[in-house]
Amino acid sequence: MNNDSFNIAGTDFSSRLIVGTGKYKDFEETARAVEASGAEIVTVAVRRVNIMDPNQPMLVDYLDPKKYTYLPNTAGCFTADDAIRTLRLAREAGGWNLVKLEVLGDQKTLYPNMVETLHAAEVLLKEDFDVMVYCSDDPIMAQKLEEMGCCAIMPLGAPIGSGLGIQNPVQIRLIVEQAKVPVLVDAGVGTASDAAVAMELGCDGVLMNTAIAEAKDPIAMATAMNFAVQAGRAAYFAGRMPKKLYADPSSPLGGLI
Amino acid sequence: MINITLNGDPHKVENGQSLFDLLQHLKLDPKKVAVERNLEIVPKSTYQDIKLKEADKLEIVHFIGGGKTL
Repeated sequence: MNNDSFNIAGTDFSSRLIVGTGKYKDFEETARAVEASGAEIVTVAVRRVNIMDPNQPMLVDYLDPKKYTYLPNTAGCFTADDAIRTLRLAREAGGWNLVKLEVLGDQKTLYPNMVETLHAAEVLLKEDFDVMVYCSDDPIMAQKLEEMGCCAIMPLGAPIGSGLGIQNPVQIRLIVEQAKVPVLVDAGVGTASDAAVAMELGCDGVLMNTAIAEAKDPIAMATAMNFAVQAGRAAYFAGRMPKKLYADPSSPLGGLI
Repeated sequence: MINITLNGDPHKVENGQSLFDLLQHLKLDPKKVAVERNLEIVPKSTYQDIKLKEADKLEIVHFIGGGKTL
């Protein structure tokens, strides 16, 4: 387990937890939660600056882009064109190629629109972006995205922000087994045990935002998620015992009085 | 003065003003933002050279906290 790092697009990361930076009370709390989570990669959004009040605090003043890998994402984009535009701007703003592509299908489910996602991925890959891609839990889609050249596959475990936990362990496992690039569960985690389940399935990492930001105590939950991801990873390597239908005593029966 | 659209709203700037001057005027740090002009990304290195024209559409963006959807 020592030196159990994973590699995304040529860079090694030792923390397998990626956290979002939205929904927090303020930047102060964001920074403390990220610190507690142990995450090395944080997702960020690209939005218009407030022309009227340019002196508003900025995220970069609280989370040093030299210390954390900023992963610009396209959350909130519903078309390939919007996602592509957003990530081109992100690359110019930050100067890095690693991005998270996410094209959503509808407001109600926030399910990925895979047709638009494939189209956007194709354009971005041609422009030399390193694309981590949010996708449905369909193993065929996952394979297609990998073949195209995406550097990480990120299926949902449950709808974004639902906190329902991993609803699709079979599909996630199928994707993990076939993939040669990192697979991260992106969306659906509600509490620490959910993150552990994802890691026990053999995922390379977990991405979450709401589970930490909307916990009663976000800093404490960030710490819990840090442990959960490590515990799940350790359990995956340890190899769980087989499940059985009936009891199996753990004390020897011989020598009973 | 010429009329441009800045982040979706009408805005007036001096004729021939450079993008760099506009950012300075808006008190925005060029290092922390990215600019799209008429749907084309403007490389940071060219902010000084870009002279704004009538009806230009500018988008000036930066990174904010974000995870999944906001």
